[in-house]
Amino acid sequence: MAGSENDFVQVESPSSGVSVIVPTEDIDMSRSPVLRSAIKEELKPGLDRMVIDLSQVQYMDSSGLATLVEAMRLAKTSNVGLHLCAMTAKVRAIFEIARLDAFFSIKDTREDALSA
Amino acid sequence: MKKSSRDAELKPQDPKPIKIELVSDPMYLCGARELVSSIAHRVGFGDMECSKISLALDEALCNVIRHGYDKATDQPIWLTIYPKRPTDTSYGGIEIIIEDEAKQINPDTICGRDLQDIRPGGLGVHIMREVMDEVQFEKRAKKGMRLRMSKSAPRPDQAPRIGQRSSSTNPAQRQVS
Repeated sequence: MAGSENDFVQVESPSSGVSVIVPTEDIDMSRSPVLRSAIKEELKPGLDRMVIDLSQVQYMDSSGLATLVEAMRLAKTSNVGLHLCAMTAKVRAIFEIARLDAFFSIKDTREDALSA
Repeated sequence: MKKSSRDAELKPQDPKPIKIELVSDPMYLCGARELVSSIAHRVGFGDMECSKISLALDEALCNVIRHGYDKATDQPIWLTIYPKRPTDTSYGGIEIIIEDEAKQINPDTICGRDLQDIRPGGLGVHIMREVMDEVQFEKRAKKGMRLRMSKSAPRPDQAPRIGQRSSSTNPAQRQVS
């Protein structure tokens, strides 16, 4: 496995007030708490926009969905724009099964998410 | 585990099932997903459907771990997968049985949340029912629960298989590789 359970989330700051969260492995019940912690840590005062780049995620279960729903709620209360981007077809299908594709701002590319 | 009544229902052409005992540790979910996905692929499901079947299994196992065993990571879960060969009347498919020794609950009370009520959690049962054709919970005789899920394979011309393609739409002419 490329990374341990604790280092599969990378965080980038392309500009002031912007965080890009990049999970680099599949997101299931064993990894969702790590993603949740990373998101909460970045949702701090001064942040305007958060992008979660899912391009490296081939699989996500409902614990991952729950983590992102919670992130969206926290972002809204903090006035942070949260965008998901670069979903693989299989991950997008999971959002559609859960009827959550309309709940999130989902962009095709990271560039789209950063400029939305 | 003892031979189940489900085994007695096997048709002569059906491959014998694979039965494994898991421990209720989320770190092993990935292995269970890989296993069911590989078998689903062999009986005729396409990549996307294999991924969804893996998801349904994952959700079922997560529910056992989270709700049945209160996240204890050392409890047993038995997973049995029955590949179904095509017959004159069906295109084959897959049946998955998950058994545990967790606390028993009334199967009638197991339901997903209202999807309009968007909040974290409560999606697992909805996902299982959305992905699989049949989802049935029941209490085991002495302790624990049993979940039986099944899904029929698509017509060959609707979901071509990787590695082996059949142009026939006659179920009996399909082969399980």
